[in-house]
Amino acid sequence: MATAVDNFYSASEVLDKPLESEMTLSMGPQHPSTHGVLRLDLRLDGELVVGCIPDIGYLHTGMEKLFEYKKYQQGIVITDRMDYLNPLGNNLAYVMAAEKLLDLEIPERAQVIRVLMCELQRIASHMVWLGTHCLDIGAMSVFFYCFRQREKILNMIESASGGRMTPSYFRIGGLMMDLPAGFENRCRQFLEDFPEALNTFDTLVTGNTIWQSRTKGIGIISKEDAIDWGLTGPSLRGSGVDLDLRRDNPYTGYETYDFEVPVEHDGDVWARFRVRMRELTESYKIVRQALDRLKPGPIKADAPKVVLPDRDDMRKHMDSLIHHFLIVAEGFNVPPGEVYHAIEASKGELGVYMKSNGGPKPERVHFRGPSFVNLAALPLMSEGEMVADVVAIIGSLDIVLGEIDR
Amino acid sequence: MRHVLIVCRQNTNEDEVLNMTEKLHAFVDAIKEKNADWVVEVTEGHGEVTVIVPASAIVDVCTFLKHKHDFDLLADLCGGDRGPEEDPRFEVNYHLFSTVHHQRLRLKVLLAEDAASVGTVSDIWRTANWHERETYDLVGVKFEGHPDLRRILLPSDFDGHALRKDYPLRGYEPYSLN
Repeated sequence: MATAVDNFYSASEVLDKPLESEMTLSMGPQHPSTHGVLRLDLRLDGELVVGCIPDIGYLHTGMEKLFEYKKYQQGIVITDRMDYLNPLGNNLAYVMAAEKLLDLEIPERAQVIRVLMCELQRIASHMVWLGTHCLDIGAMSVFFYCFRQREKILNMIESASGGRMTPSYFRIGGLMMDLPAGFENRCRQFLEDFPEALNTFDTLVTGNTIWQSRTKGIGIISKEDAIDWGLTGPSLRGSGVDLDLRRDNPYTGYETYDFEVPVEHDGDVWARFRVRMRELTESYKIVRQALDRLKPGPIKADAPKVVLPDRDDMRKHMDSLIHHFLIVAEGFNVPPGEVYHAIEASKGELGVYMKSNGGPKPERVHFRGPSFVNLAALPLMSEGEMVADVVAIIGSLDIVLGEIDR
Repeated sequence: MRHVLIVCRQNTNEDEVLNMTEKLHAFVDAIKEKNADWVVEVTEGHGEVTVIVPASAIVDVCTFLKHKHDFDLLADLCGGDRGPEEDPRFEVNYHLFSTVHHQRLRLKVLLAEDAASVGTVSDIWRTANWHERETYDLVGVKFEGHPDLRRILLPSDFDGHALRKDYPLRGYEPYSLN
C-alpha cells in the first residue's frame, strides 16, 4: 500500500537483514492484539524494540467534519461510534457541552440515571479491556467470564435505550426516555452477582504468577513523563498521579457520591492493571448509590424549544406539536459561544470542544479522545522492551481505534 | 411539577462559578503583568475564560503558564476554520489543565489565511506533538519547529485539508487507496 509506506519517516529505510543488523517489522493493522486497525512500525534488534512509530488513521471517517453538517441532536448518534466500548460516556460529554452552551438545567432524576448508566458502561468497557488484555497475553478463558458480565450490562442498556452498542440514550436536556419497568431489579440482581465475578477475576488473573511476571516492570512511564505526554484516566493514575475528573472537576453531581480514586505508583503494566481492577469496585459502589437515589421525577429539562415533548402532550396540545415539528425539521438555535467540557470516560479525559455561531448546527466540534493521547506515549513505553511486551503495553493503555481515528 | 433542580454546570452554585472565573482571571492578570503585549483580548462565558494571544507570543505564554502557574497538562489542542470570508481565518485553541489546582484555561491564537503558521508547543508539552499533527492534517495550520509534521489521520497523498469550511463534505472525488 503506497500510503502506508509514505507514512514512514523519510529518514528510515526498511531494514530486512535480521541476522546482520536491526530489522523493521510492520505490526498490524490486522493484528488482533492491536485492538483494531493500529499499525506499528517496530524497529527491532533481535527481539528488543529499538524504535516504535504508530501509524493511525485506518478508521478515519471524518466524524468531526460530519458534526458540522448535522443538527445538534443528530450529532449524538455520531458520538456512539467513536469510543464504541463506552458510547454512553461519549453521549454524556457531547450533550453536556451542548447543555452548557444552552444553559440548561437537568432534573435530578436524569442526572442520577446518567451517573448510573455511565458507571455501568464503565464496568462494561473495563470488562472488554480485561478480557482482551488477558487474551493478548495468553489467558484465554478470562475473556469468556468478562463477556458474560458485559452481556448483562449490554442487555440492561438495550432494555433502556433499544441499542446495545449504540444507545444514544442521553439527549440534550435529559434522556431519551425513562428507565423501563423492572430495570432497577435487574440492576440490583447484577450488583448481587458482580462481586463474585470480581473474585473470579482476582483468582484467575491478579493472583496468577505468570500474569504478574508478564506485567510487572513492563512499559514503565514516570509520573513526570505521564503528565508531559498528557496521559489521563487509569493510565495516569497508574503512574502515581492522583487525578480523577469525577472528583476534581465534578459534573452530573459526581461530587455527591462516595467513592475512592485508586492510585498506583509503579507506572508499569501491572500498576495500570491494578488501577482498573480497583476502579471496577468503585464503579460498583457508585452504581449502588445511584440506584438508591432513584426517585420518580421528570427526566427532561423544562425547555420546550430544545427538548422533544412527550408523545401524549403532542396529541393534546397544539404548542407541543409545533415545538416537536420545529425541533425535528429545523433544529434549535444554540447561542453563540464556545465551551470545552471534559468528563472522566473509562479511558481517561474525554473532552468536547464545541463552538456555536448561533445556528442549529455547530460550527466546530472537536473530540479530545483519551485513547488518541494515550497512544502517543506508546513509543516511550515500548522502546527497550520485547516485542511480546509491546502487546501487553497496548493492552494496558486500553485504546479504542474508533476514538483515535474518529 | 419541578423537583429539586441541579444546575448543569461544573459547579453548582453561582458564587462558586464566580469564584472559579475569578481564579482564572488571576492567571490572566499574571500574564498581563509579565508582558502586557501577550494578551490581545479576554473573553468569558459558561465559567470558562479564553485568552486571545498573538501568534508570536504563544510559546512564551505557554512556557510561562507551565512553569510559573502549574499548567502542566495540555488537555487539548485543536484548530478551527472560521470560514473563507473571515479574517483572520484560522484559530488554534489550547486547553490548558493543571494537575495541581485543577483549573482550566483556554488560549486562542488567530491566524490569517496567508500566514497560517504558529510556533510549536511540542517542546513544552510533548503531548502536543500528535495534536499539532492532527491540526495540520485537518485544518492546514503549520507549526514551526515541530519535529515531525506529517499527516496523521489522512494518507500523505491526500489533497487539501478536510476540516476547512470550503472543503466539501464528500470530498472532490472518491478517494481510493492504491
